[in-house]
Amino acid sequence: MSGTASPVAASASRRGLWPVARQSLAGLWHSLTFSALLLLGLGPVLAVVTAILWTWDEIMMLAGLRMGGPYLTSTGAGPVVVILCSLLYLRWLANLTRRLANRWCGTLVRQPYRPAPQQSGIRRQLRWLVTDPATWRDLLWLTVNAVAGTLLVVVPVAMVVYGIAFAVLPAVGVPVAHLPYVGIITAKGPGAGLIGLALIVAGLWLAPRLLPSYGSVARLLLGPTRGSELSVQVERLVRTRSDTIDAGAAELRRIERDLHDGAQARLVAMGMTLDAIDRQLDADPAVRALLAEAKDSSVKALSELRDLVRGIHPPVLADRGLVDAVRALALDSPLRVHIASELHGRPPAPVESAVYFAVSELLANASKHAGPCEAWIDFRHSGAMLRISVTDDGRGGADPEHGTGLRGIEKRLAAFDGVLAVSSPPGGPTLVNLEIPCELS
Amino acid sequence: MRVVIAEDLFLLRDGLTRLLEAHGFEVTAAVETGEDLLTAVLADKPDVAIVDVRLPPTFTDEGLRAALAARRELPDLPVLVLSQYVEQLYARELLAGGSGGIGYLLKDRVLDGAQFADAVRRVASGGTAMDPEVVSRLLASNAGDSAVAALSPREREVLGLMAEGRSNWAIAQQLVITERAVAKHTASIFMRLGLQPSDDDNRRVLAVIAYLDR
Repeated sequence: MSGTASPVAASASRRGLWPVARQSLAGLWHSLTFSALLLLGLGPVLAVVTAILWTWDEIMMLAGLRMGGPYLTSTGAGPVVVILCSLLYLRWLANLTRRLANRWCGTLVRQPYRPAPQQSGIRRQLRWLVTDPATWRDLLWLTVNAVAGTLLVVVPVAMVVYGIAFAVLPAVGVPVAHLPYVGIITAKGPGAGLIGLALIVAGLWLAPRLLPSYGSVARLLLGPTRGSELSVQVERLVRTRSDTIDAGAAELRRIERDLHDGAQARLVAMGMTLDAIDRQLDADPAVRALLAEAKDSSVKALSELRDLVRGIHPPVLADRGLVDAVRALALDSPLRVHIASELHGRPPAPVESAVYFAVSELLANASKHAGPCEAWIDFRHSGAMLRISVTDDGRGGADPEHGTGLRGIEKRLAAFDGVLAVSSPPGGPTLVNLEIPCELS
Repeated sequence: MRVVIAEDLFLLRDGLTRLLEAHGFEVTAAVETGEDLLTAVLADKPDVAIVDVRLPPTFTDEGLRAALAARRELPDLPVLVLSQYVEQLYARELLAGGSGGIGYLLKDRVLDGAQFADAVRRVASGGTAMDPEVVSRLLASNAGDSAVAALSPREREVLGLMAEGRSNWAIAQQLVITERAVAKHTASIFMRLGLQPSDDDNRRVLAVIAYLDR
């Protein structure tokens, strides 16, 4: 906690008077700054209270309940803007306090806020600020600070200020009694001077020693709680996971393009050149055989590249989207497949790809294990959930616990928080449901 | 024979032009986009258009759509679609019009210049050229069909070549049998599949594909 910050008292005698004085003065300066922030903190509280009264006033007026008396004039957006500005100001102030506490109090106070919304807009900003529990803890800090801050940072500063007043003011002919809160002290002349000196020394001694405690209080309210730390972490993980998935999908698309325009095109061009040579060459059969062999190799290479591309990024999926790509799959399947789609738009590319490979696996499973049968594939999207059902009237008995196929699908979907449900009693029918939360575009 | 080519990669546009010219075709235009294809086809009225599936600006199935659009503008314009990969889905869309003059081949096929030129001529004269890979996938997806399963291996071979759009003569060449033997096989196939026999090569292809593509 505050263990790192007792830099003061340790071996003052050994280090001489100047470092001690410097530390004391620094402590005083830091306490003075925190005292100023304490005063600045009262601003947003007043503003928010005013804004709430303002809104209340307006509601009353609209409801016809307000009968005369002074009005707080308002336009509809007024309170909203005041609250938004106050909260932003509060955040700025809290962040400044955190930074200074990190530097001066020897505590580490990290920001507990949720990440800002990607889109702009006052309403969104306001929601972001108001729904974050850290905002309310910031407000609580203002209240607690009024007490803890007074005790821990204002008192030492006040001691020094009054000390100076007691020691100096009488000497220049100003009566001490004119200062507020000092009526209780009646000492005069040299007595006042002594009290003043004592106050100065005590204030300077106290200031750096109270700062670590102030830092602890700040961390308690301004630092992240376990819950907020976790929720920030979860939000970050969700974002980075989706970024990673998107980047991966974009990369696969790029590889597919590069192969199409690069290696595949070059192989075709090379093959055409070989064919042209073959046409113009009047060579002996051995040479022609070699040429034919070379052409054969390029055809094989093209076919291997095609299989590779089909495995990582099926072109028909990129061209036509999920439903048509599944139609293409169905045409290649020995099963009679019926497809129904109620999708108006396309899911994100990585989701399309995951679903495509999942359906491909399910159709392959059905034609391998279910015996001759028909299959029905149904696409729906409602409530931000993409639902695909794949049914066949085959023998049934598919078990997700065994068989790596279903497991693989489950893993693929899990990357999108998607789930797989299988119902496959012996004798059939087999019903597989896929659900993936996503928006269509 | 006059040809318009639409292919966005220079390397292949150039290669195709040279290949076709070497086989006696006249390339009237070699364009890069689907839009330019339409313009060139309307201006040149070629005997056949050779179109790459993937064209700018979308780099998806732009070429396929441009080819179908060109056929709407110039009905029965023979179109040969080339692609780095083939899909039954696209073959079905190309054949949906029900008329001939359609080709759908893997780009790999241009490596055999003579056969490719043959396919171009076949399409230009209203015939069909389906890629062997489309056909083999078509046959594989009919593995459960009892009538197809009942065919002999030789008959299935003949069926595949017929679906590719080959004439009896070409099938005979390929399988090294007589044309008379091929005719016997085709008659048997049509009977077993319950199709009306036809001497017209093109109608025969469409009937076979329609049967397999149900």
